[in-house]
Amino acid sequence: MRHINRHPTRGMRFTLVLLPFVILLAAYFLGSAVRLEANPQDKLLPGMQQMLDALSRMAFSPDKRSGDYLFWMDTLVSLVRLLTGLAIASLVGLCIGITAGVFPMWRASLSPLMTVLSMIPPLAILPVLFIVFGLDELSKVMLIVIGITPMLARDLEHRAREIPPEILIKAQTLGASSWTLVLRVVLPQLLSRLLTSLRLLLGSAWLFLISAEAISSTAGLGYRIFLVRRYMAMDVIIPYVVWITLLAWLMDLGLRQLHKTCFPWAEGGKA
Amino acid sequence: MSFIDINNVWQEYGSHVVLERLNLQVNAGEFCSMVGASGCGKSTFLRLLLGQEAPSRGTLLLDGKALPAEPDSSRGVVFQRYSVFPHLRVLDNVAIGLEFPQARLLGRLFGARKREARERAVWMLEKVGLGQALDKYPAQLSGGMQQRLAIAQAFIMQPRVLLLDEPFGALDPGIRKDMHALLLQLWSETRMTVFMVTHDLSEGFNLGTRLLVFDKVRIDPHEPNAYGARITYDIPLNEARLAEMTGTAPENVYALRS
Repeated sequence: MRHINRHPTRGMRFTLVLLPFVILLAAYFLGSAVRLEANPQDKLLPGMQQMLDALSRMAFSPDKRSGDYLFWMDTLVSLVRLLTGLAIASLVGLCIGITAGVFPMWRASLSPLMTVLSMIPPLAILPVLFIVFGLDELSKVMLIVIGITPMLARDLEHRAREIPPEILIKAQTLGASSWTLVLRVVLPQLLSRLLTSLRLLLGSAWLFLISAEAISSTAGLGYRIFLVRRYMAMDVIIPYVVWITLLAWLMDLGLRQLHKTCFPWAEGGKA
Repeated sequence: MSFIDINNVWQEYGSHVVLERLNLQVNAGEFCSMVGASGCGKSTFLRLLLGQEAPSRGTLLLDGKALPAEPDSSRGVVFQRYSVFPHLRVLDNVAIGLEFPQARLLGRLFGARKREARERAVWMLEKVGLGQALDKYPAQLSGGMQQRLAIAQAFIMQPRVLLLDEPFGALDPGIRKDMHALLLQLWSETRMTVFMVTHDLSEGFNLGTRLLVFDKVRIDPHEPNAYGARITYDIPLNEARLAEMTGTAPENVYALRS
């Protein structure tokens, strides 16, 4: 039988899903055990116990100096920055995407502009953001906004242009004006796409957030990782990275569920 | 003066001539079927009537006035595909036609006016046989039901002209027959002027009161795009049906044939 025609059964599939994770974890903890055996003070590959200790220190006991629970404070600060950035980027991206996608006059100006802007590496202009917006919250949020808005706008513009012309003509024969057509025909279809685009751009958003936090910040998940790097505290860094991954994965899952609930018609119409 | 007056219309894309010297008079309430080989300008002519394109030369008059240069609610349309809104349920797909003209700001009605619009939409949907599918999304409907929905959308607007672009081209023969009956019934009730492009000759002959055949009169084998198509045959059909419809003798059908 050709390999392209071989499908895993249910149980097999489950095993195959878990297998790479199990292998990775096993390899790590094996390496960690070997190194700790040789040197119990080893910091490079901390074992489960060291990481749990570090986590309980960060998450469940107040910081000696400030009295904050650092882990939760970092999480809160980072999430606020990330979600603010994503919200602003969604709003701006949606407006630009629809305008460029639906109105040819606007597209003539906006579409090439967005193409060029999306080519600017956002991290390269991070210093500019720090100079213009200062070193506090605004510049970090702006980095996320500047990083993902052009991509979002371009994607939504393409999506708007993929709406069959027949649909737009039909709406006009039903008496729609440009405005009501956008409101009732284009916008609902693009909101569905927005959620999908956001899922794809979450990774970039986290990247920009952590970069900005690493360079100039006083709290946040990215800040903490780069701070404790000085002490080679892998026992803190690894749980933080796992936590960030978990948060990103949960956001992805949440967006997918939201899409299913809000836009059943886009999922093959199974209402 | 006829209802629709087409004077010396040409349509060219660069050096590609699609339609040349098209002249046609159509009276209110006529049902024109348009047939012809692929690429001979039937759909182009429909787009001109719809206002989706402007003719290179010539004029199209509706009731003595130039046709608006963009689609509007005076002309309804049913396409072969993509005629319905995928994100709206069946009921909203029809009700939206009543909401657009009344709600200029939000495109959406509320309260009593919304209920009224929905009641009319339900009535229309029951007429086309979709009374059981009000809460479904178009993707859940079969091809035939989607076209029924598209027809309901078009008819609820009571446009003066209805344009059909191979509306039943993708349907099974059996379902097609049902759709013909539905279309004829709605047409006889509303007395709309209908233009229908079709590839199916028997459909063209059966449905219309007038058959327009598009073909190229002149062909240059070295330059196939140098000459455009014209209406080569203009055949009155089902004269009894037309006479019943308009209540007058169908002489005017022959107006063009000289």
